[in-house]
This record gives sequence, structure tokens and C-alpha cells, in this order.
Amino acid sequence: MLIAATIAILVVMIMAMIRAFIGPTLYDRILAVNMFGTKTVLLISLLGFLMGRPEFLDIAIVYALINFISVIGVLHYSDSSIFKRSDTQKNNEQ
Amino acid sequence: MDISSTVFLLIGSFLCISGGVGVLRFPDFYTRMHAVGVTETLATAMILIGLMLLNPAGLVLLKLIIILLMTLFISPTASHALASAAIQNNLVPELDENEDNEKVTSSNP
Amino acid sequence: MAFLVATAIAIVRMKDLFSVIMLLGIYSLLSACFFVAMDAVDVAFTEAAVGAGISTLLMLVAITMTGREENPSRHKPVLALVVVIITGSLLIYGTLDMPYFGLAGDPVHLHVAPRYINDSMQEIGVPNIVTSVLASYRAFDTFGEVVVIFTAGMGVLALLSVVRLPKDIAKDISNIDSLNKCMHEEHLILRIVAKMLIPFILLFALYVQFHGDYGPGGGFQAGVIFAAAIILYTMLFGMSTARRVINQSFIQLLAAVGVLLYGSVGVVSLLEGKNFLDYSALSADPVAGQHLGILLIELGVGITVTAVMVIIFFNFAGRSNDQQNKESNES
Repeated sequence: MLIAATIAILVVMIMAMIRAFIGPTLYDRILAVNMFGTKTVLLISLLGFLMGRPEFLDIAIVYALINFISVIGVLHYSDSSIFKRSDTQKNNEQ
Repeated sequence: MDISSTVFLLIGSFLCISGGVGVLRFPDFYTRMHAVGVTETLATAMILIGLMLLNPAGLVLLKLIIILLMTLFISPTASHALASAAIQNNLVPELDENEDNEKVTSSNP
Repeated sequence: MAFLVATAIAIVRMKDLFSVIMLLGIYSLLSACFFVAMDAVDVAFTEAAVGAGISTLLMLVAITMTGREENPSRHKPVLALVVVIITGSLLIYGTLDMPYFGLAGDPVHLHVAPRYINDSMQEIGVPNIVTSVLASYRAFDTFGEVVVIFTAGMGVLALLSVVRLPKDIAKDISNIDSLNKCMHEEHLILRIVAKMLIPFILLFALYVQFHGDYGPGGGFQAGVIFAAAIILYTMLFGMSTARRVINQSFIQLLAAVGVLLYGSVGVVSLLEGKNFLDYSALSADPVAGQHLGILLIELGVGITVTAVMVIIFFNFAGRSNDQQNKESNES
């Protein structure tokens, strides 16, 4: 049963990666990375139980926190004024 | 014990896969965010509860509960942050033109 | 493995640096999953914390200073590609001769590793062998790593530090209240959730630091998590508030204190008449001495790593902040 859940999560991670490659806007990619991160937390917990080493849960906790901090960081820096300048430049060119 | 754990794990994986399919097929960023944000939190909760029902030792159970609580806090906040940042940077959601006009005329008293 | 290759190719092809950072995050995550699959817990821990967390954040801050698009390349790098392919194939040919990965009869596994695995429990008494190898058998290497991290921090300080005149500092302090009010409206939910999470993250960092003897963890990972919590606080509450909470000179002092702590443990062993960094000189019972030594060393490593990461972040972010303030004052 754990193995089936692990395979399901791997499939979802592939889907998230596809979205991260394709996603037309930047925010699609940020969303995909966030999703990838949450699925990794689940994957590490499941792998820990499968291999009989529950110490992996520490990694899962760290990963959940780091994922959160990274997404907040990216969002904070994505509305800095430098980016707005380059976005308006791109719009002017189009 | 094993049966209930299996049920939770199954429900969790199904929710997870449906969220993944949603991310690939929905037409717009905001709709994709709905698909992921909602299913991701619930799927994580289901899978973690399924793992908890496998009867592990004390400290491991505590850590699983901690991961569950943290995910319940973190996941919706991240979705909120994404949506508000996208709106502030003028990422316009795709609206259906006719539907929009109808709603405007019908809400005027 | 195929994921890693696909991600690497996508990273190289994309011109938008922002997306590159996202993809680097995915790359680092995949590596961490690999390490977990290979049963190497400490490495996975460090990779997850450093690669996906701090690297992403620091590169983001660096991008705010360099601009978002990559400059179009002027020539096709065909020659470089050919050289890389030739070198790569020569290297692979060279490794064909070595014994297979993981066989029991390899010379790698015959002398050094069994001694560590067999004797570590009696000589040092710490269940986590990785920590005992890092902190006690190979303490010199770890000392070198800490000094390298400290030097990197000093390099950033020397190149990028912004001189803060007293009038700048006074203006910051008077700006804080108005800044706080307008930011409070914008990021209300985030701030409240962060206020609840940050103490927990700091507590978890302390847990990882001191639990390094029994499970995965240790000084490096704990330092990175601590720095990540401080960076989160800085991003959500503004640079000026963060500068008041954590003074620049205090952090610089802390960075030096960590390295000094490490070095002085070694010097104390010297003064007691044994080798440098030989912990059995630290107390009457050698095993207790090892425990004490490992504790102090990990503490030193954690302090230095935290301080250096925070220094680098403050310098990058402070510079881009000042740039923006100057532009908004001029316009």
C-alpha cells in the first residue's frame, strides 16, 4: 500500500515538473515548485516508512519550512521595482 | 488498523493525482492555483493520518503530528501569498465576456 | 536520473533568470530525494536545507542587483562543447577500470571504513557515525570548512559592504513606524502566520543542532535553518526593523566567535599536553571528553554558519534597498 502511494506521488511530481517547464507565466512556475516541494515532503515521509528509518521525518520538517520560506522569498522579490522596469520594457517592445 | 490506514492512503493518493491533473489541464493560472492549493493540503493530511495509523513509536508520532500542523498552516498561506502577488503584478484572470456582462446587469437593483 | 538531466537542460536553455532559480530549486530537491533513496540521511538533510533554501534566497537577492534577463550570447559556443565532450568521455573511460560501486571487496571499503564503523561506538560513544567522523576523526577538515565559510563572509563584507552614515541610520529609525504601518496592510496574513512560525523554526534549529549526535543533524544544518528563519523575518518586516533587531557589528562578532570557539577547543587540548583537537584531553574520562569536544565544535560551526549567511543576505539586500531608495528619491 505504501508502495502504491509512493508511485502516485512520483507521478504527481512528474506532472508538476511538466508544468514548471511549460508554464507560460512566471507564477505558474512558482506554483509548480511549491507543489513539488509539498509532494517531496510526502515522498520523504513515505520513503522513510518504507525503508524502516523514521529519522527521515526530520528532513521532511526541514523541507516543509524551507519550501515555505523560498516561496515567500520569491514572491517578495518578484515585486521589487527592478522587475517592474524590465516588465514594462518588455511590454513596450511588444 | 491496516485497513483504515490503507483507506486513508488511497484517498490521499487519489486527491493528489487529481490535483496534479488539474494543474496540467486548467486554462488559467488562478484556476490552476485552486486545483493545487485545495487538494494539496487535504491530500497531505490524509496521507499523514494514514501513516499515523500504522502505529509507530512515540517520537515518530509526535513528528508526524508536527508535520501535519505545519502543513495546515503553511499551505494555505503560500497560496494566499501567490494569489495576492499575482494580482498586484497585474496578472489578469481570464474572464468570460458574456458571463461578466450578464452578472453586472443582474446585480443592479 | 532522467529528471535531473531534463532539468539541467531546461536550466541552460532558459533566458529568464528568475525561472532558472525555480528550476534550480527543483534540481536540488531531486538530489535530496536521491540521497534519501540511497539511505544517506545527513547528506539529504544538508542538501535540502542548503540547496533548496539558502541558495535560492541568496541567488534571488543577487538577481535583484544584476537584472532579470540573461544577456544574449554573442557567439555559438561550439568549441567549448567539443572540449567538454572529449574531456567527459576521457573521464568515463578512466573510470571503467575501477571496481564497481558498492562491492564489498573494494579497497575503499577494506581499511578505513570498517575501523570507523567498528570502533566508533567504543572510542566516542556517539550513535551517529557521520557526526563522529566529521567532528572527531576528521576534525581538521571540518575546521578548514568553517574557516572557508568565514572567509567567504569576509570576502562579501570587503567587496560589498555599504558604509552607513549616522544620518542614514537616524533616517531609518524614523522611517520604521510609517513603513510598518503600510506593510502591515499589505502582508497582514503573512506577517501573522510568520509570527507564529518563526519561534518554532528557531526552536527546531536548536533541536537539530543538539540532536546531531543521535539522529541526522549537526552544526551546518542547524546554522542554515537558523539563518533561514532570520531571513524570513527580514523579508516580511523590512530591512530597517531587522537591522535594529540584529546589529551589524553583533553579527560580525558572532561569525568570528564561532571560528574562535572551534580553534580554542583545539588549543586547550594542546595546552593539556596532547595533539591539537584531540578531545580526550578535555576531561578525566576520554569518552566524556569526546562528547564535550563534539558539542563545543558543533556549536562553533552552527554559530559561524548562521552569522555568515545573515551577513551575506544583509549586504546583498541592504545594497539593493539603498539603490531603490535612491531611485525613488530622485524620481
